[in-house]
Amino acid sequence: MKTLLAVENLRTGFDTREGFLRAVDGVDFEIAQGGTLGVVGESGCGKSVTALSVMRLVDRPGRIAEDSRILFEGRDLATLEESELEKVRGNDISMIFQEPMTSLNPVFTVGDQIAEAVQLHQNVGHKDAMDRAVEMMQLVGIPSPAQRVQDYPHQLSGGMRQRVMIAMALSCNPKLLIADEPTTALDVTVQAQILELMKELRERLGMAILLITHDLGVIAEMVDEVAVMYAGRVVERGPVADVFASPQHPYTESLLDSIPLLGMRYSTPLKAIRGVVPSPLEWPPGCRFAPRCDYAFDRCIGEDPPLLPVPPQESACWLCKSGRRVPRARQVVA
Amino acid sequence: MLALQERSAGAAGTPGRRVSADARSVHAGPAATDALMQARAVKKYFPVRKGILKRTVGQLQAVDGVDLDIFRGETVGLVGESGCGKSTLGRTLIRLLEPTAGEIEFDGVDLRRLGSRDLKTMRRHMQIVFQDSVGSLDPRMTVKDLVGEGLRIHGIDRKGRQQAVLDVLERVGLSAEAASRYPHQFSGGQRQRIGLARALVLRPKFIVADEPVSALDVSIQSQVLNLLVELKQEFDLTYLFVAHDLAVVGYISDRVAVMYLGKIVELATSAELFRQPLHPYTVALLSANPEPIPGRKHQRIVLEGDVPSPIDPPSGCRFRTRCPIAQEICAEVEPLLEDHGHGHPAACHFAGTPLPETRSVTG
Repeated sequence: MKTLLAVENLRTGFDTREGFLRAVDGVDFEIAQGGTLGVVGESGCGKSVTALSVMRLVDRPGRIAEDSRILFEGRDLATLEESELEKVRGNDISMIFQEPMTSLNPVFTVGDQIAEAVQLHQNVGHKDAMDRAVEMMQLVGIPSPAQRVQDYPHQLSGGMRQRVMIAMALSCNPKLLIADEPTTALDVTVQAQILELMKELRERLGMAILLITHDLGVIAEMVDEVAVMYAGRVVERGPVADVFASPQHPYTESLLDSIPLLGMRYSTPLKAIRGVVPSPLEWPPGCRFAPRCDYAFDRCIGEDPPLLPVPPQESACWLCKSGRRVPRARQVVA
Repeated sequence: MLALQERSAGAAGTPGRRVSADARSVHAGPAATDALMQARAVKKYFPVRKGILKRTVGQLQAVDGVDLDIFRGETVGLVGESGCGKSTLGRTLIRLLEPTAGEIEFDGVDLRRLGSRDLKTMRRHMQIVFQDSVGSLDPRMTVKDLVGEGLRIHGIDRKGRQQAVLDVLERVGLSAEAASRYPHQFSGGQRQRIGLARALVLRPKFIVADEPVSALDVSIQSQVLNLLVELKQEFDLTYLFVAHDLAVVGYISDRVAVMYLGKIVELATSAELFRQPLHPYTVALLSANPEPIPGRKHQRIVLEGDVPSPIDPPSGCRFRTRCPIAQEICAEVEPLLEDHGHGHPAACHFAGTPLPETRSVTG
């Protein structure tokens, strides 16, 4: 499969009064055409800044380092002129966010807002753009779309608003959809609806998806490939089934063990990762997970591990230096 | 005493575990004299006002007739989606919100009859931990003052407070240095520990934990869940654990009540609820829960539409508008929360009926 997006050594930081905050600090990943990649991690790991960087939506005081490369179909978005970039955004790559209410304009109807997106990117009149809006709203499963285009965002429920956002994002047939925590603000039954919709649309339209989330369950359900982020870096990546079945990085392992699965009871304590996520103003030396890691040894504190191959995965852990390590037996409740 | 009861019940509970409701009836039977909290037909309505004169134009039926017993030493989980009334019920049970109707008995005392002074005394025994640790901790108070506030209100002198505060901080995993710092100097997980310390310092019997881990990252969530379990054992606590995450609620609770639009629709031991969910809403909730097990095939029931408004709920069964197996009777007759012969109560005319498979999901 041809590579659609290749991110190489992405480093995005913010100038703050306390110093330079290295939010994303050397991230590499690839997405194939029509592929799905999930980026998962906890708050502050840099996953959202990664997504914004791909769209070059990081404003001052944030900046993307000069040697970062964001290759989309061979073109480097990191150095593209703003005017060229505008053609890519919306047309080739579009994005949906966690909270649809803050992304939608409250004083325009949802139909107008979808039509606006269409007109910005395609050379069509308002009438055609409105027709397209109705068509898109139909596609994302909004009942009686011809009437609902007249609705204002506040008249719709959270799930319906997220459908409108998806309709807007897909209105120009993008090759890549970046979804940043698309279901985090939704209830679980509505989340299920939106996840089903995204899967169905991907099958129909064949776009690639970059899914950013903290929810390992959503990752397991939605994507084929996963990149686990910790402290501004990708610490493990590979096919989601392999990563979840046999995590090679201790952080991935701890993360998976800290979630209660349906049917687990309090008689079995959950895995807790001691301590807290370090500050991006001052990442620890060596492996950034070492201070919280059960397996850490001398080398981890002194030397920063690169992503080491442990086919079919890659893991940034010195324990993987000479091949796969055997993680603790994980509990799986039927 | 509990262990004895369990054994005499002779059911397949976990022997030796002090607190397990598995063997007990899920409804308060005659044997269940050890209920700490008994709620009967509890309602909490909020008036809906409109216009300049703020006339009441309707009632938002947040909690609409709930019966619930909470036994000493157990954890009851309250699960449901936003707006189902789970937090309102938690707050109404300890009279943080004034119930519109119904009876609430706590530790043998009729809570609704208590005057403000007696209620204040009673509050020592009923505490609450909130989800929003930023909003619930005054940013201008030090941790020492925040945690000691309850003691001060209940007339404990400065010296007595000092020691109690330090003890409880240590117990929830915060250092003595934390005492003189302010809430913003702590991470979300640590702030939640402060919230817990605040509740615990009064040595309550009962704690309402209102989405205590929902705002936390998973690695921190597990720390706090483990701590809640330890504290419960150590201080003989009884919890009402309110949350939207089924796996979390199931993990920490002995029994789980599933709420939908102001009513409990199913009540079962945690194990039983996962083994044999009876209400179609519970089945749908369980199936919608994304689990971090790739490649696992399961049946996914995708509910149509959204939760109706609690201002004007549907007639009959409130779930019928989204229910895949609803029939005419569901619009006419409201199903009661009763045992329909399946071992635990569910408010559904067709409890236990298998749902039509919407689609198979891999993931």
